Amino acid sequence: MNLQFTPEENTFREEVRAFLADKLPTDIQRKVRLGQQLSAEEHVRWQNCLSERGWLAPGWPVEHGGTGWSPVEKHIFEEECAAANAPTVVPFGVNMVAPVIIRFGSDEQKHHYLPRILNNDDWWCQGYSETGAGSDLASLKTRAERDGDHYIVNGQKTWTTLGQHANMIFCLVRTDPEAKKQAGISFLLIDMDTPGISVRPIITLDGAHEVNEVFLDDVRVPVANRVGEEGEGWTCAKFLLTHERTGIAGLGHAKQALRHLKDAARRQTHRGRPLIEAPSFREQIARAELELMALEVTNLRVLAAARDGGAPGAESSLLKIRGSELRQRLSDLTRRTLGPQALPFFADFLAGDDDTLDDDQSFAAAATAQYLNRRKLSIYGGANEIQKNIVAKTILGM
Amino acid sequence: MDFSLNDEQRMLDETVTRLVADRCNPEQRRTLIQERGTALSSLWRTFSELGLLAMPFSEEAGGLGGDGIDLMLIMQALGRGLVPEAYLDGLIIPGMLLAKLADDSQCERWLTPLLEGEHQLALAWHETASRYDIDMPETRAERSDEDWHLQGRKQVVINAPGAAALLVTAGLEDGSPGLFLVPADSDGLTRRDYITLDDQRAGDLDFDLTLPSSALLASGDSLLAALGETLAHGRAALCAEAVGAMEVACEQTLEYLKERQQFGAPLSRQQALQHRMVDMHLHLEQARSMAILAAASLTLPEEQRDYRIAAAKAYVGEAAQFIAEQAIQLHGGMGMTEECYVAHYAKRLILLDHALGDRDYHLETVMAHLDTAA
Repeated sequence: MNLQFTPEENTFREEVRAFLADKLPTDIQRKVRLGQQLSAEEHVRWQNCLSERGWLAPGWPVEHGGTGWSPVEKHIFEEECAAANAPTVVPFGVNMVAPVIIRFGSDEQKHHYLPRILNNDDWWCQGYSETGAGSDLASLKTRAERDGDHYIVNGQKTWTTLGQHANMIFCLVRTDPEAKKQAGISFLLIDMDTPGISVRPIITLDGAHEVNEVFLDDVRVPVANRVGEEGEGWTCAKFLLTHERTGIAGLGHAKQALRHLKDAARRQTHRGRPLIEAPSFREQIARAELELMALEVTNLRVLAAARDGGAPGAESSLLKIRGSELRQRLSDLTRRTLGPQALPFFADFLAGDDDTLDDDQSFAAAATAQYLNRRKLSIYGGANEIQKNIVAKTILGM
Repeated sequence: MDFSLNDEQRMLDETVTRLVADRCNPEQRRTLIQERGTALSSLWRTFSELGLLAMPFSEEAGGLGGDGIDLMLIMQALGRGLVPEAYLDGLIIPGMLLAKLADDSQCERWLTPLLEGEHQLALAWHETASRYDIDMPETRAERSDEDWHLQGRKQVVINAPGAAALLVTAGLEDGSPGLFLVPADSDGLTRRDYITLDDQRAGDLDFDLTLPSSALLASGDSLLAALGETLAHGRAALCAEAVGAMEVACEQTLEYLKERQQFGAPLSRQQALQHRMVDMHLHLEQARSMAILAAASLTLPEEQRDYRIAAAKAYVGEAAQFIAEQAIQLHGGMGMTEECYVAHYAKRLILLDHALGDRDYHLETVMAHLDTAA
């Protein structure tokens, strides 16, 4: 039993740190630190820095442009990126559709799409959920009917994150309405410029425009844009949902959130002393710290198992449940730390368009919005209730 | 022991509940928020006509002599409708302070029109370092001849944009706190307005101005006693408002679980979700008890009153957060959207805890008096 990182892993960490110190643009770093929304340009500018270094796609096989990192190295990379306030890489291209194309796509699809993803030429978004198909994804209704060399797609997708910037969408569609639920589904790659596609913003309770509805009305999609065989879309979807799940605990983000919480609690004054010195509040921070310590070791145990060849299975559900709960708790404590200063809603500042707030206001502005935004962590990617069902069934055999 | 309402209380409850149902549905609420300006809304005029503005004030102050239970019934109904009117911050809190501390001419100029629905006021007390304590302002007031010079900054003043005058806390030269009446159009007062995440109007205020000697309403112990009683009412009122909002959040969540189909059955058939719904209901009923306890404790001696109010506010704050978070969670992605009305209840329930001391603040009070309180 040895909980130390190897010397090589420590050297790797130093290398990542040096890269971040050198290449992460300070204007973008500041926005991430203050919780402001990034523009498409800012996302792409950062992802281009990663591309140039060859670090955009750590999860890919080396022959397609991956880094060849071990799960532990990937974890170190994610942790350092979060600690430096680097933007999270928009996952839909590089971490979601790309692994599916690599695993199930044709050579043509690989040659066409993978370099464009590595080069940030395409912005992908996800067409999975529908208004009637959330946790029960397989009940999706979007129809794709064959017409010669095309499918005619009709339906509606929802919760499409950052779809407003996307030029490509990958969709689960029903190609066989007669087949049993999961069997009639296919996986299509669709150009967002195709006639018949429209995107409508969904404003979330934090006032942000992050997610969208996507309407597909007689959209003609070449059959060549189907990944895998007709009716095997569910296999792709399941592969995607189990791929790259070791980062699911969001540990780097949780660590950064805890640092931010402590920082906030030191800045706040309570009866003439820093709030962090108030015993009852300090205890709550300490409890969050314990949970984080435990989660870190659990996460490392799963990573070590993955490194040694065991694919993470239902353990990723445990990480998702505890990781999301912890991050929600930290955002809750940060909001409460700020007291009355957590009340104002500076919408323009949060959208990244206004810089007239003073230091204290800027520091506090995102706290409540982020608290509200983090509610999504226990809802998306399979709600925590669904994750608990998986644990009960798969790990406990109930 | 009797928890039933008497005839007058039942009538009050029915009147406000019906008014809120008729005049503040989601669409009407959006209009009320969009049309908030310097003029008071037609809903506020209706409040005035029905006597709701005068209800909680004593007869000497020109009110109808309502008690804590009356205030509770009104606030609960306002909470059910998420009514975007500054009933507490623009009327009750500044009105109670004026009724206790202002002289006759000040009452005539500011309190009477307040109770008649002609204007609203606001209490300005939050500062960077004050957190939830009201008695140690860093804003300074210095006496020169017959005048006061007031200098400092107040943050997150709820209803500042809608106030004809502000009651401002400031430290006097002897170190004791004072409360000043400052007309909103005073020279040397600048304001930055904004809204809060739960759709209240608020603002940051900078003061650098001269006031007549009569502007000091009270200072020292008499001020602290008046503030203590007023804030106790405010906290009890917030507990009641939370209960109203929690009722609706629970109702809407239950309805959604019955209606939403996943895996071929309504979500309400899932036992795990049934138990969660039961937990929400338990939180609601326990919080309701605390809101009643708070309302009934307003006439107790100061120490007992404040202990119970702190306990209620701490308890309700935590219950409100539980219900808000579960309401969102059980609505799934829908609960995350502006379009989903329950999300607005959730936001109010969360941010209500940031008003007049949150649960951590009040729990500290309870802990401090744990041995002495009965």
